[in-house]
Amino acid sequence: MEFSIERAALLKAVAQAQSVVERRNTIPILANVLIEAEGDQVSFRATDLDIEVVDQAPAKVTRAGATTVSALTFHEIVRKLPDGSLVTISDDGASGRMAVEAGRSSFSLATLPKEDFPVMASSEYEANFAAPAPVLRRLFDKSKFAISTEETRYYLNGVYMHVSDADGQQVLRCVATDGHRLARIDAELPEGAAEMPGVIVPRKTVGELRKLLEDDEAQIAVSVSETKVRFATPGITLTSKVIDGTFPDYSRVIPSGNTRRLEVDAAEFAQAVDRVATVSSERSRAVKLALDEDRLVLSVNAPDSGAAEEELAVAYPDEPLEIGFNAKYLLEIASQVDRENAVFLFNSSGDPTLMREGNDDSAVYVVMPMRV
Amino acid sequence: MPALCRDCLSTFDTGPRCPECGRPRVIEHPELFDLSIAHMDCDAFYASVEKRDDPSLRDKPVIIGGGKRGVVSTACYIARIRGVTSAMPMFQALKLCPDAVVVKGRMSAYVDASRAIRVMMDDLTPVVEPLSLDEAFMDLTGTARLHHAPPAVMLAGLVKRMEDELGLSGSIGLSHNKFLAKVASDLDKPRGFSIIGKAETAAFLREKPVRLIWGIGPQAQISLEKVGIRTFSDLLRWEKQDLVARFGGMGERLYHLARGEDRRRVSSRTPVKSISNETTFFEDTADTDLLDGHIWRLSENVSDRAKAKGKAGRTVTLKVKRANHRILTRQSSLDEATQIADKIYRTARALLEQVSNEGPFRLIGVGISHLEGADEGEAGGDLLDPQARTRAEAERASDKIRERFGSDAIIKGRALR
Repeated sequence: MEFSIERAALLKAVAQAQSVVERRNTIPILANVLIEAEGDQVSFRATDLDIEVVDQAPAKVTRAGATTVSALTFHEIVRKLPDGSLVTISDDGASGRMAVEAGRSSFSLATLPKEDFPVMASSEYEANFAAPAPVLRRLFDKSKFAISTEETRYYLNGVYMHVSDADGQQVLRCVATDGHRLARIDAELPEGAAEMPGVIVPRKTVGELRKLLEDDEAQIAVSVSETKVRFATPGITLTSKVIDGTFPDYSRVIPSGNTRRLEVDAAEFAQAVDRVATVSSERSRAVKLALDEDRLVLSVNAPDSGAAEEELAVAYPDEPLEIGFNAKYLLEIASQVDRENAVFLFNSSGDPTLMREGNDDSAVYVVMPMRV
Repeated sequence: MPALCRDCLSTFDTGPRCPECGRPRVIEHPELFDLSIAHMDCDAFYASVEKRDDPSLRDKPVIIGGGKRGVVSTACYIARIRGVTSAMPMFQALKLCPDAVVVKGRMSAYVDASRAIRVMMDDLTPVVEPLSLDEAFMDLTGTARLHHAPPAVMLAGLVKRMEDELGLSGSIGLSHNKFLAKVASDLDKPRGFSIIGKAETAAFLREKPVRLIWGIGPQAQISLEKVGIRTFSDLLRWEKQDLVARFGGMGERLYHLARGEDRRRVSSRTPVKSISNETTFFEDTADTDLLDGHIWRLSENVSDRAKAKGKAGRTVTLKVKRANHRILTRQSSLDEATQIADKIYRTARALLEQVSNEGPFRLIGVGISHLEGADEGEAGGDLLDPQARTRAEAERASDKIRERFGSDAIIKGRALR
């Protein structure tokens, strides 16, 4: 194998591959990236056995072939090479070494046989559709903060992507929850997605997927089966197993009868919450919201360290209410609001509260209150 | 030389008997009224509590420990004379002392006794650092003007009060730092009161073996012996940098301890890192119902202790020991820290599923770690498990009942499995 490639293109491709590789690895081959050169393309493939990413880059291939080297070391080398350099990579298949040359630098990296590299089995996808990158970005960005990290509730360790109904319209929906808060984000159903089985996309896959979605103009090819999901741009293909579990029936969690309505500027609200929470050193800081006729008083009372209070002018026409929340949860949902005011709908101080942006039901959040 | 009577607490100037009460339990030492760092260690604590609560055991050898498979956790002094030591396997202890009465520990009674002692120690100084239920460091520096008596008198008063009011005896070590105070409390057990003064420190340590140092176990002893270090005088021959080069951070500590120097402060706020509890079975078991009952009882115990300390944990750990003594642990982090027995139990129960085909087991343990403060306002409730909050509230309510009417006043059915 021998090819030459521009450093910037190489770095981009290798960076994506190495981020999939697990840092602590007991199986040596999984620390490696599989490099395959053929025609005028080079592909870089990495896997942790649950996720596989294949990154393709144009290159001048002088001798086709394939080998594997440590993804981490290779990435570090490419990262440290001067910008604009032309990198030549070659492997004679016999010495067990791959040579990397750029300008006056040359490296020789240990290889492992390409035959040992586990390539993810291809599967039959039940639905194939295309979605614009900004649509997927919104679906996952606005829901991922609510993903649970409790290993014993593995079925919550991802975003549940499925087809659902909203006001008689079919939508593509992403839901995530850890039992304390929940995010439900809807988007227009792309053509060809109606047959898609609901899948739980694991947290790590959501993180890797995000890197494919930077380009506003890009169309992402999405393929879904019961066990796998694939996202592809022309250069990168990300294939992932989905979580083998049943996502709980979230619909009964979303309150529909909450009538007390608070409308507040989200940024102002978030800043105030952040300020009053400063006095508490606990990790789960409780913020109390006291509502009374267009007035909101936020307060924190931490017996060991201090107390804080802040008043905000808001729109609240209903009878007085006092309710407490984890400050971190309030900040996270408030930061999802980017266009209009945040609208909170309360029932009582012990019931789940709903938050949305203006009257837009395509993104709703539910938070469980705390006792204060 | 200053002297003190341990029976009537009067102080006087040297003599074999107390001039006040005529009894011979006299301590005298040139630095008696100058030293203020103390270590109190109860004498055969668990066994003493048992003997106090059941006078028929008074003159019998008593061993506290679990079943025929467990190990000795405490042996009374009668059993110790026969060679029984703590951590000895039970079968071996019974071979040495076949007439011993083996008592399964009553942790709650020990906790109660420990709390009562703690209250007495708190009367002496705010700086109490408990090491376990039955021993603690105390720093009485600067308390003489408050008590109108030097630390030695107050400490003699403490053990006297423990005997009079609680029927439990303890030994005191008094010195000028923690290391030596702990060494001293062990010199004259039971009912001891030993002093290591500044002037005699070097002479006292010189020919003592280094295993006297708390934390130097059999492994460390072997590596020290390899370089010819057996006693403190061997240590004194080493330069500091050589000790550090060879033993790292421990080397630095050894260098100072060899000179009787220990700068660690008595700290009443030693952070607790984890809370756990485990139990060894009479027979290996893979019976899920039985394991389930154990997990509940262990979770409840861990939860009780977390609640008592005002702590909540963000990680739940399940530990099992297989028949071949191999230990397996599984843990799960939680999205919100908990101190609720129900949540700890449910998480540990889910972890058991992960190892259930590794059974049978001889031991099971449950613990929480990554502790943080738990305020009363905790329990955010669970959207997906609407009953969770109700169960947590029921648990808090039954805690109150148990607090008032005793720990057996209300229990869960699954605790009986």
